[in-house]
Amino acid sequence: MTGGSTTGDDGATAPSAGPQETRAAWPLWEVFVRSSRGLSHVHAGSLHAPDAEMAVRNARDLYTRRNEGVSLWVVPASSIITSDPDAKDRFFESPQGKDYRHATYYTKSEGVKHL
Amino acid sequence: MSEANASATRITPGNALRPEDIALRDARPSDAVGQYALWLGDDALILAQRLGWWISRAPELEEDVALANIALDQIGHARSFLTYAGRAWDRTEDDLAYFRREPEFRSVHLVEQPNGDFARTIARQLVVSLYQWELYSRLVDSTDATIAAIAAKAVKEVDYHRDHSIQWVLRLALGTDESRRRMIAGLTLTWPYVDELFADHPLIDGIDGAGVRPSTLRAPFDAAIRSVLDEADLERPAVPGAVGGGRSGRHSEHLGYILAEMQVLAREHPGASW
Repeated sequence: MTGGSTTGDDGATAPSAGPQETRAAWPLWEVFVRSSRGLSHVHAGSLHAPDAEMAVRNARDLYTRRNEGVSLWVVPASSIITSDPDAKDRFFESPQGKDYRHATYYTKSEGVKHL
Repeated sequence: MSEANASATRITPGNALRPEDIALRDARPSDAVGQYALWLGDDALILAQRLGWWISRAPELEEDVALANIALDQIGHARSFLTYAGRAWDRTEDDLAYFRREPEFRSVHLVEQPNGDFARTIARQLVVSLYQWELYSRLVDSTDATIAAIAAKAVKEVDYHRDHSIQWVLRLALGTDESRRRMIAGLTLTWPYVDELFADHPLIDGIDGAGVRPSTLRAPFDAAIRSVLDEADLERPAVPGAVGGGRSGRHSEHLGYILAEMQVLAREHPGASW
């Protein structure tokens, strides 16, 4: 036994000699939390878990410890398709300068009530 | 553990009962009910101390946090029960946690059993959480208002502990040959300490309605564990029960070491707070 703790492993299970057995890493999950005052689930972070059931539980332990939420979603990170950060110009520049896409661009026509 | 402060401000929403609230209440248990609260508080405290060892050592970071969370829940239950027990003798939760000697502790032998490997810890946790859930879900009807209130808060948390251990028992038992071998070994090492949980003690005769007679929990516990073991394709270990005695202050060789580590700082610096 190492580490000087008197209350830990009693050493009954000696580590096996030889190279460490490699384990496959747990897959990555993205966590979304809906707060009690929110209508939508908001991305809170990510975690590793062996499967979906454990991912929800780990999300509870990691992301709702201070009353942050009343509902959780976990999504395999591999299922999320992202926009290409290098394609910002083609994707997101187009609306700039197009004021007419905003309601405030337009003046109210005469005689229109309750707009 | 901290001094109760009389501040009216609460950080957490809701009005869940906190140890600080119990310390300020007028309610004082009888000596016998105080002893019964020690049973519950000591079980939770020693289990928390055992689980705390896993912090930084669990198989994965997420499981590290999960076990730490369970340990913290148990410390919360221990603080409430020990605070209330101490009201019987004008002692604080810290007096009881840090300045009692081994024979004065009332915890069962199960909670002082070594962590072993992860599967053994999960086996111990399965038994404890199923037992605590059966106990607290009945203690909410205790004739003692404070014990009922502590149980009402604790039972929801223990319900999660139960779920956590069941999930892991299933995964280890139905996982690889190695994980199944370890789960069976862990369950076999844990099983001798089950009987003590349900052994009746004369104390229970003197606190009518405030506590739950341990033997009445045996049948629901057996049914609950049977359904878990069936789902995990595990046999109930056929091993004889160990000699108990924890409720009378007779402990196994393990408790002294746990207390040495848990109490050393408080005894080195009596009255210190942080």
